[in-house]
Amino acid sequence: MIEIRQLTKRYGETVAVDDLTFTVKPGMVTGFLGPNGSGKSTTMRLILGLDAPSAGEVTVNGKRYADHRAPMHEVGALLEARSIHTGRSAFSHLLALAQTHGIPRSRVDEVIELVGLESVARKRAGGFSLGMGQRLGIGAALLGDPEVVMLDEPVNGLDPDGIRWIRDLMRQLAAEGRTVFLSSHLMSEMALTADHLIVIGRGRLIADVSVAEFIRRHSRNVVLVRSPDADELARIVAGPGVQVDVVEPGLIEVGGVTALEIGDQAAAHRLVLHELTPQQASLEEAFMSLTRDEVEYHGTSHNQQTHENEVLAA
Amino acid sequence: MTTTTLAIAPATSIAQRRSSTGRVTQLHVLRSEWTKLRSLRSTRYTLLAGIGATIAFAVIPAAINASRWATMSTHDKLTFHPLETSLIGINFAQLAIGVLGVLIMSGEYSTGMIRSTFSAVPKRLPVLWAKIGVFGTVTLLLSVPATLIAFFAAQAVLSGHTLFGQNIALSISDPGVARAVIGGGLYLTIVGLFGLGLGAILRNTAAGISALAAMLFVIPPLLNVLPSSWDNAISPYLPSTAGQAIMQIDHPAHTLAPWTGLGLFAAYTAIVIGAAAILLKRRDV
Repeated sequence: MIEIRQLTKRYGETVAVDDLTFTVKPGMVTGFLGPNGSGKSTTMRLILGLDAPSAGEVTVNGKRYADHRAPMHEVGALLEARSIHTGRSAFSHLLALAQTHGIPRSRVDEVIELVGLESVARKRAGGFSLGMGQRLGIGAALLGDPEVVMLDEPVNGLDPDGIRWIRDLMRQLAAEGRTVFLSSHLMSEMALTADHLIVIGRGRLIADVSVAEFIRRHSRNVVLVRSPDADELARIVAGPGVQVDVVEPGLIEVGGVTALEIGDQAAAHRLVLHELTPQQASLEEAFMSLTRDEVEYHGTSHNQQTHENEVLAA
Repeated sequence: MTTTTLAIAPATSIAQRRSSTGRVTQLHVLRSEWTKLRSLRSTRYTLLAGIGATIAFAVIPAAINASRWATMSTHDKLTFHPLETSLIGINFAQLAIGVLGVLIMSGEYSTGMIRSTFSAVPKRLPVLWAKIGVFGTVTLLLSVPATLIAFFAAQAVLSGHTLFGQNIALSISDPGVARAVIGGGLYLTIVGLFGLGLGAILRNTAAGISALAAMLFVIPPLLNVLPSSWDNAISPYLPSTAGQAIMQIDHPAHTLAPWTGLGLFAAYTAIVIGAAAILLKRRDV
């Protein structure tokens, strides 16, 4: 269980985390979602006490992380930034961490096997690929057999097999009753792994919902309609809760009405249809529209914003 | 699918074993820091360089002087200092050991290891104490024998050569000699810890080494350009100059008494480490 209350972190003028309050519960995988630079990594550093909060507080299993007598048994963490001395072997790295808690050498060997680094365990970590580095970091997180597993962007640099391995491992750990907290900037990844979502943007909480609820709320179903009489059809189907977006002359996107209803209406008014395609907006799009205002660095977001307002107004 | 099944099996075993291992203690952290120290190749090489320099730079000048002794002028013979010669390598060794001290802290920051270290030991100070304990002990156990070997080797080379009928080689039982030789090892150990403190304060290898080199090699000669009354008043109290008083047997003017000097150097080091401890506790990682 991770409890965060009114947590704020400022670095000079920059507010990295802004009055965050949420709880990460045991027994499920909680996804921590936000665009790059939204404060996910800072929040995780605050949880571990690596950085001190400017205001508010964070507790892990009821205490501040640093107040636990065996912190590695409470939280196992993988941080986004590399946290390994490049001159040391994977085995020595894990052994040194294990020894701080009197964790036996046999557990180090076990973890090396678990993350699949047996063949390179005695090699310098400096020569590791990104994926091997991630596996070593995950191994370090699991050393203490922790109640809370917290991983920052764990799938970074992993191949598809590795991604699947992480996903299964996290689900397994959650099923064992542990608290699993994973950050990502990819909604699609979270939709597959997480049960619950914490979404932040610019350090502020945007959503604290279950994945099912998020999908229900945010995946907008639209129907793509191609017709020489598109304009007239748009007038006919218009009504409360119905959005029509003109993609190009003769091609419209209709939200809030099913393809079935549009087809019936077209037939009733004897209008010609060339195409009628139901489309499901991807979760990625839902996530992006949700966090659009909160993204620190926009590309062409100004235009997108205007475009969306038009769509909603139509 | 194969991958998944293979991976899941050990994952289950994590839960099954629910290890009931210990908590963070100073002893555990000491053991961890010992593993860290000996698992880096650079540590071994740097320590080896320090010991090698201590011994080699004692024996080589001793051998050169011994071989040319018969033809040397009386003035040269009179200014030849058999103890200084056998401890000259400490000037080189202090750089190696001081830099290693800096690296022991700054290396954690430059590689990001510090995040792992402080996640495992979030109270942080046990890490500093353990690093001091492990590095201090290792340096002491290597540098005292190294200065002793340097001394005996150099004196063995010099032995048999005479000045005014007296053997120029010193004996360890001559007044002040044992203190100066063993003191050289103590001095090196304190330089290492001074470097460690600088590394912890500055958290950057280049900055730490620069500060250390300034303290050891730049500031002392810089004071020579001041009026000698100033130089004489300030110089004895500089950290390295004070510390090196332990290696003097004839107590030259404007130097502190041996143990006073070494004590002052140790006090400076304690202040640096104290500042490091406060900053370590307060700063974000």
